[in-house]
Amino acid sequence: MQVMPINYYIFLSIALFTIGIVGVLTRRNVIIIFMCIELMLNAVNVLLVAFSKMHHLNAYALDRATTAGTEAQLFVFFIMVVAAAEVTVGLAIIVMLYRNIHSVDINFLNRLKH
Amino acid sequence: MPVSEMLFWFLTALALFSALMVVFSSNPVHSVLWLIMVFFAISGHYILMNAQFLAIVNLIVYAGAIMVLFLFVIMLMNMNTESEPQKSQWMKMAAAISGGALMLIMIAALKDNVGAVSKTSGEGSIGLIKNLGNVLFTEYVVPFEISSILFLSAMVGAVVLGKKESSKIVS
Repeated sequence: MQVMPINYYIFLSIALFTIGIVGVLTRRNVIIIFMCIELMLNAVNVLLVAFSKMHHLNAYALDRATTAGTEAQLFVFFIMVVAAAEVTVGLAIIVMLYRNIHSVDINFLNRLKH
Repeated sequence: MPVSEMLFWFLTALALFSALMVVFSSNPVHSVLWLIMVFFAISGHYILMNAQFLAIVNLIVYAGAIMVLFLFVIMLMNMNTESEPQKSQWMKMAAAISGGALMLIMIAALKDNVGAVSKTSGEGSIGLIKNLGNVLFTEYVVPFEISSILFLSAMVGAVVLGKKESSKIVS
């Protein structure tokens, strides 16, 4: 049986998460920043599924009929549900901002301070 | 090298390259298309980890619905490379250094994990709809209903925010 170490998935997830963070820090377009946040959410999802699979594999060695690891996959499912709701509201806010200031540049949004 | 391992490396390279292209492409439409590629690669990873239901949901919800919404908004605002705002070189360099430092620290902290994710198929079928739906509608039925309320409130919020009159109130 061929086995992948969990480390590879951890490194993949860290790399995706870091790319998302760098995107948030470097870009000024609100929509790109929002997309980078989605990327970070997906990096976390990959890690959750990998840990679910690892947990399932450990339990499977003891019991062939185990359903260990189901909870993590349902958790990922709920994360996707919440992300969909978040994107709906976030894009509505971005469209409203664009209608008011005719730009998606976050440097124009510092008037929220005042 | 077995086929599943080759698939793992191919999907990993595809995901990382596409994620970098999301950040570095100057046209927002190209960024959306690269992000769809990232989601396809991540769905491939899910299938390799026997999470077939999540792979399909990832494709339908993210690549199908959310990315189309992003593309729709970008095309509504008529954004392209010329209108794309750019940060200064110093800010970009500082962001790259801080992101690299974060990655270095996280890898250094997590590199000593032991554990394995099997790549062979046939052991267990927890990722199929039969098992997931059974657990979802018995043990997790209350969170499921709460998430439906969340969707309802998100829908109402989006409609309220997107109404024409709201712009007058805000400005």
